[in-house]
Amino acid sequence: MSKKNPGKTDKTDKKNKRKLKEGSLAKRDAIAGLLFITPWIAGALIFLAYPLITSFRYSLYKIRMLPTGMRFRYVGYGNFTEILFSQTEFTTEMISYLVSTIISVPIIVVFALIIAIMLNQNVKGKGFFRLIFFLPVIIVSGPILGMLNQEGAGSLTSIDTQAITTILEETLPGALADPISDLFENMVTILWYSGVQILIFISALQKIDRSMYEAAKIDGGSGWECFWKITLPNIKPMILLNIVYTIVFISNNEQNSIIGLIQNSMFSGTQEKGYGYASAMAWMYSVVVLLLVGLFAGLFMSKKDVYEKQVKKAKKAHKKEQRQLKQIERRSARNAKKNAKAGRG
Amino acid sequence: MLKRTQKQAGDKDNIEQIVTPSGEVLIKDKKQITKDKIRKFMLGSKDREGFLKVFVIYALLICIGFIYIYPILHMLSSSFMTLDDLLDSSINWIPSSLNLDNYKQAAKSMDFWKSFGQSVIIAGLPTICNLISCSVIGYGLARFEFPGKKVVLGIILFTFILPSQVTMIPTYVLYSNMGILRTIWAFVLPAILGMGINAPIFILIFWQFFRQVPKVLIEAAQIDGAGYWKSFYRISLPSAAPAIITVSLFSFVWYWNESYLTSMYVSGIGRETGMTSLIIQLKNFATNYDKYSQTAASGAASINESINMSGTMLSILPLMIMYFILQRYFVESIDRTGITGE
Repeated sequence: MSKKNPGKTDKTDKKNKRKLKEGSLAKRDAIAGLLFITPWIAGALIFLAYPLITSFRYSLYKIRMLPTGMRFRYVGYGNFTEILFSQTEFTTEMISYLVSTIISVPIIVVFALIIAIMLNQNVKGKGFFRLIFFLPVIIVSGPILGMLNQEGAGSLTSIDTQAITTILEETLPGALADPISDLFENMVTILWYSGVQILIFISALQKIDRSMYEAAKIDGGSGWECFWKITLPNIKPMILLNIVYTIVFISNNEQNSIIGLIQNSMFSGTQEKGYGYASAMAWMYSVVVLLLVGLFAGLFMSKKDVYEKQVKKAKKAHKKEQRQLKQIERRSARNAKKNAKAGRG
Repeated sequence: MLKRTQKQAGDKDNIEQIVTPSGEVLIKDKKQITKDKIRKFMLGSKDREGFLKVFVIYALLICIGFIYIYPILHMLSSSFMTLDDLLDSSINWIPSSLNLDNYKQAAKSMDFWKSFGQSVIIAGLPTICNLISCSVIGYGLARFEFPGKKVVLGIILFTFILPSQVTMIPTYVLYSNMGILRTIWAFVLPAILGMGINAPIFILIFWQFFRQVPKVLIEAAQIDGAGYWKSFYRISLPSAAPAIITVSLFSFVWYWNESYLTSMYVSGIGRETGMTSLIIQLKNFATNYDKYSQTAASGAASINESINMSGTMLSILPLMIMYFILQRYFVESIDRTGITGE
């Protein structure tokens, strides 16, 4: 038909055809994309969804290992209440974990930022310093940190940790004083967690536009002001990233005693502990870690500013308008087609 | 500039000679000039950094750097010390003789070569699997639009934050039912399916990287008749070399240093049937060493700080060597992957 009738109708037909093709290509693309991530979907089902559900189920039971297999006894929330109220080890470890994490995360991130800013200056031997500050990433692992701390190599020798410890013990309750004095004793190895963060900060600092600083300098801004008004806002997303990274690494490190506690209760042969008890513990621990990350994320999540919001709004309105225009166009095209048909008929 | 000010000062001098005794004004001006010079040198000007600032930065960097690697230096020096050196309070840093006995005994008790070989397998195989799976998944997420993509990205982020302990117990049971507990498969299988250790980070690195590959390139390849798979591994993958290097290095290091999950899944707790790695050997160093020193015919010294430190040194030595050879790739890795955005 379109061959016979060149003109308006032909154009619209062509348009329709192309559209059809576009749709099918997108569909094929989507299928290919899904195929590419099938391994992940399978992995998420087998190693994420299934274990999550099962471990929640386990946490409601007392599980005994018998030669014939596992024996389940339903206890409801018994495991949770037991861990929280009748056994003290988990709660004390939890408090010390929280205290030490909340204190050491800012220390690590600020330290990383300071080092990154210093290395971002015109320093000779930048590569050498980077090499040193990144070295711990390669060797940091639970047993090695344990060994170093055991031999006292992880402390700052120049600071008299003994004095700090005694002061802390006199002024603070035991549950708070112990993790803090631990922190001072192993200061260096705590700073060791900052290797990757330093690199992330350096590469973020290098991406800040130089001309912004120049403009600020022309306007009479001092270095101090430049840091607060230009550097910090620009690397704010990286601060959040580094905080999350730090929390995750501290939480998964073997030096963290809660992890050891979970493992010990998993393999303990006693009646009241075992898989169910350990699962309940792991669940509570995960919730706390997620809450901690959420807390920090909430504090540092960059709010969208007014300008951005308005731009988004305008874009949306524009899209809507375009859609309406297209609709009108299509309608008029259809009408034209009809008219043409009618005219021919 | 300098000359002119002096000249000006001279003019001034000439004028003011009438009022004040000569020389005073001139000297004053000279002082001012030198003062200015020193100030400029110390605090810097618009286009030059001050000496003071540079000095402070270098001093801080060197001090902090020293403190930072102090544990390693301490470890290195005390690993060479004999028992007498350890007890001698006059010896702080440099041992009286280069004593390799500690290393020999630690290596024997750790069964160094066997553990080293198994460490390489434990770290290497999952790394290769991680590389394959994460690049494929990252490409799928970066190149294609499909429903639920945002959900997938969200879940990937979530798995990064979620502590592995919560899924550990059912996974352990699952592995033991499948009969792959205490074999390398317990690490390889999740890695193939994109669920290895820190796999979310690697997926995100690849995702970030493949997003930067120009779409035109892939479209051109497809016009030339390349399918989806071909345009992935012939066009996109070769251009992602930095991401591949970064992921393989980090994955290797992280698997090498992982002790908790390795002891759980691959070597088995309190058993000797499974595989072992240097880190696991270090974890059980005290008990292993006791066992060794009891059975050794030639009187092995009882455990002390030097032997502990040489054991630690031995278990990090392979990675240290790797790091110093490949340092450029490690240090530049973050820049290259563009984690910090384009």
